[in-house]
Amino acid sequence: MRNFQYLAAAWFAIWLVFFLYQISLSRRFSRLLEEVKRLKERLQ
Amino acid sequence: MNRRIASSLIVAGLMCIAGYAALFIAPDERTMHDAQRIFYFHMPSWIAMFLAFFLSVLGNITYLFTRKQRYDWLGVAGAEVGVVCCTIGLITGALWGRPAWGIWWTWDARLTTTFLLWLLYISYLVLHSMVEDADRRARISAVFGIFAFLDVPLVYVSNRFWRTQHPAPVFFGGPNTGVDPAMGRVLLLCFAAMVSVMTVLLLDRYHLERLRCEVSLLTSETESRDLEQRHRMARERV
Repeated sequence: MRNFQYLAAAWFAIWLVFFLYQISLSRRFSRLLEEVKRLKERLQ
Repeated sequence: MNRRIASSLIVAGLMCIAGYAALFIAPDERTMHDAQRIFYFHMPSWIAMFLAFFLSVLGNITYLFTRKQRYDWLGVAGAEVGVVCCTIGLITGALWGRPAWGIWWTWDARLTTTFLLWLLYISYLVLHSMVEDADRRARISAVFGIFAFLDVPLVYVSNRFWRTQHPAPVFFGGPNTGVDPAMGRVLLLCFAAMVSVMTVLLLDRYHLERLRCEVSLLTSETESRDLEQRHRMARERV
């Protein structure tokens, strides 16, 4: 195994970027869903 | 929400299979050994990025012709996911460059045009978040998105037209280019995994933008109803 540390770092970085982006999307989704619920309740 | 989780798990599984193939099935490269295996994710991330930016510019152009909000959603979704793929490409490129060249980064034509592309699409996203009015925001962003996309063909031809430190094209680079069939099969699997991840993220981001539009409509509806109520109360007092 030569230069394995670079390969491991790249593999870790790919998962980290996708994971962080997925978390960011999920947080934005929940915030907006709550907002929709609140506004719909206010309109009723 | 359940469909989102299921699709995320499927593409995560596909990424794990692709990762296993790249790490353990693909043949060892003679000079760079394990560092060469970064290529199996580096190149597919660029393909995914090109696809995302292409969908984004398609959305931008179609919006300018039709003025339908859903094309603006496609534009912003493609741009954001493209930036994610571009970030992966830049990080994996630097991690390959260190053992291969002895440096993390160099300002050659390919790397510079790619970094510029990343900055242009970040600017697109900042611009899109700054304008309040939906129509104005979509129009300005669409024009800027088309301008930003002009750098995409420049990135593609940069190591074909100019002498760069970046390796020559592996595919469509003329005679004596291409990879060993065993490497090609693994690369194809990694392409499929990366493009699937990009598609799932893009669909999620598109739905997020649609939800944001719904919130904006509901907010204006609530505001107009509150205003109407205040007017009625004022009239009653008079």
